Amino acid sequence: MTDEALNLPPAFGMLPRRRNQLLVAAAVFAAIAVSPFAIKDVYLQNVLVLTLLYAAVSQSWNILGGYCGQISLGHALYFGIGAYATSVLFVTYGIVPWGGMLVGGILSAAIALLLGYPCFRLKGHYFSIATIVIAEIGLLLVHNWDFVGGALGIQWPFGSDSWATLQFARDKVPYIHLALALLAITWFVTFLIEGSRWGYWWRAVKDNPEAAESLGVEIFHSKMAAAAVSAFFTAIGGAFYASFLAYIDPESVMSFRFSLLFALPAVLGGIGTLWGPVVGAAILIPLTEITRSYLGGSGSGIDLIIYGGLIMLVALAKPEGILSLFQGKRQKAEGRS
Amino acid sequence: MSTDILLDVQNVTRRFGGLVANSDVSVEVRRGEILGLIGPNGAGKSTLFNLIAGAFPPNEGSIRFEGQDIARLSGPARCRLGIARTFQVPRSFDSMSVLDNVMVGAFAKEPGSAAARRVAYETLAFCGLQQRAPAPAGELTPPEKRRLEVARALATKPKLLLLDEVMTGLTPSEARLGVELVRKVRDQGVTVVMVEHVMEIVMPLVDRAVVLNLGKVLAEGKPRDVVRDDAVITAYLGERHRAA
Ligand SMILES: Nc1ncnc2c1ncn2[C@@H]1O[C@H](COP(=O)(O)OP(=O)(O)OP(=O)(O)O)[C@@H](O)[C@H]1O
Ligand SMILES: [Mg+2]
Repeated sequence: MTDEALNLPPAFGMLPRRRNQLLVAAAVFAAIAVSPFAIKDVYLQNVLVLTLLYAAVSQSWNILGGYCGQISLGHALYFGIGAYATSVLFVTYGIVPWGGMLVGGILSAAIALLLGYPCFRLKGHYFSIATIVIAEIGLLLVHNWDFVGGALGIQWPFGSDSWATLQFARDKVPYIHLALALLAITWFVTFLIEGSRWGYWWRAVKDNPEAAESLGVEIFHSKMAAAAVSAFFTAIGGAFYASFLAYIDPESVMSFRFSLLFALPAVLGGIGTLWGPVVGAAILIPLTEITRSYLGGSGSGIDLIIYGGLIMLVALAKPEGILSLFQGKRQKAEGRS
Repeated sequence: MSTDILLDVQNVTRRFGGLVANSDVSVEVRRGEILGLIGPNGAGKSTLFNLIAGAFPPNEGSIRFEGQDIARLSGPARCRLGIARTFQVPRSFDSMSVLDNVMVGAFAKEPGSAAARRVAYETLAFCGLQQRAPAPAGELTPPEKRRLEVARALATKPKLLLLDEVMTGLTPSEARLGVELVRKVRDQGVTVVMVEHVMEIVMPLVDRAVVLNLGKVLAEGKPRDVVRDDAVITAYLGERHRAA
């Protein structure tokens, strides 16, 4: 049979769809990289940093929650591990944050494997509930652990602006580029995974574990691998956040609010998609920051109500997320061809 | 002669609570044959498939594949050894395209995406589904979903293929294509065990038939002889004929 009869795509290298994804990503990230030339306002720059950070962490969450279908509501734990590892290593031992980032990431991945061992035997809601409980226990432990500052937290020392210590007190633009780099890396890693055997296995596990097993997919290994990668990049995000705030305490990096804020952009934008977390964060984070400055602080819980409302809206109107509004049409067109 | 036996199920029992779904079942599958597994509803046919494919272990008995005892191996491990199955109720990956569904199967033997995609396309073409490759699996018609089940299983490059009612709900002309496909699969050197209710389809197609009833093997032999077996007629055909 000829290739034409088999309806094979012309080239067996990269698929056109994937090549386009890369081009779009390059364009989007390049535009963000030069955006500080246009956005001079410090408040807006701050919002941009946070949006990029949450997009990156939500993308990391998406690896486990979106692709592998394991809905974690405890990713604040991994975020906190990254933030605390970096802060403790820097403030107590003088190790530059770059090292702390790596240590935090590896530590997080290891803990994800340790926790995954019992948790991945739980199904659906039970798994999600377990992640909430474990993250809350983690928060409690940190609260009562004097070595990491207890309830008081850790203040980073003041120093001159430097790429080594990731401290930029006067000009916030480096943080934009750092957060962007983090997003670009997590996006690209997800892109690679999506096209690889692991990506296919993870989606198969999510869609139908019994069928996946019959096709040679090791369910437990798949979930463990997804959890480790997801936790690693979430911790890198936490490390970045600590250097950005230059001060952390348990609530400011590990509260349940963060777990929600990592899951929501992916759910809102399109769970298990490459651009869902980015689109979701671009909507949700500015919204959060606006309500925050109007209503003052995050303690009021109003923002949580707004998140809940948004989720209900998505669940009712478009369960596959905002992106599906566009993709639905395209896929149907492809299906007909 | 024993080298001809690809799969050897010996005295297998599987219980669900008080219910004995498979009771002391022994079946030999010869390399290269098409074996029909028939029996009335609830006879334990799908349970036997689940035991062979490793969805759950037997309570008693041994299952040997190419001489190796596989009764305690996991489902994925058995897939890698060369056992593939379809599900009676199709279980497609509905968030993925038809091609991606088949690629999951291909990845069992092909680690690289490009190679897996090639295998998947070829398998889809083999099963007559290549036109639907880009479609979301959830949008397939029921007969197409059954074909997808077969394609996905075949993409794992099995030695033994277990087909659970893949012809159910097909029109006569679709069923003819299905029969043709099963023959083509066997001609590729794949041994086939198929569960089927429609006698007119299975009997001309299979080399041998095993009849299950109430979890036990009732009869085994040439299709011609099996349909004449008194016990079979009362347990299965008679009942069906009366019902019809
Ligand atoms: N996972 C299970 N848990 C409990 N009972 C089960 C399970 N699987 C099968 N059974 C029971 O075992 C018996 C045999 O079922 P099985 O599905 O193997 O029959 P079958 O021959 O495939 O029937 P059908 O022709 O209707 O598909 C039935 O009574 C069924 O209810
Ligand atoms: Mg059945």
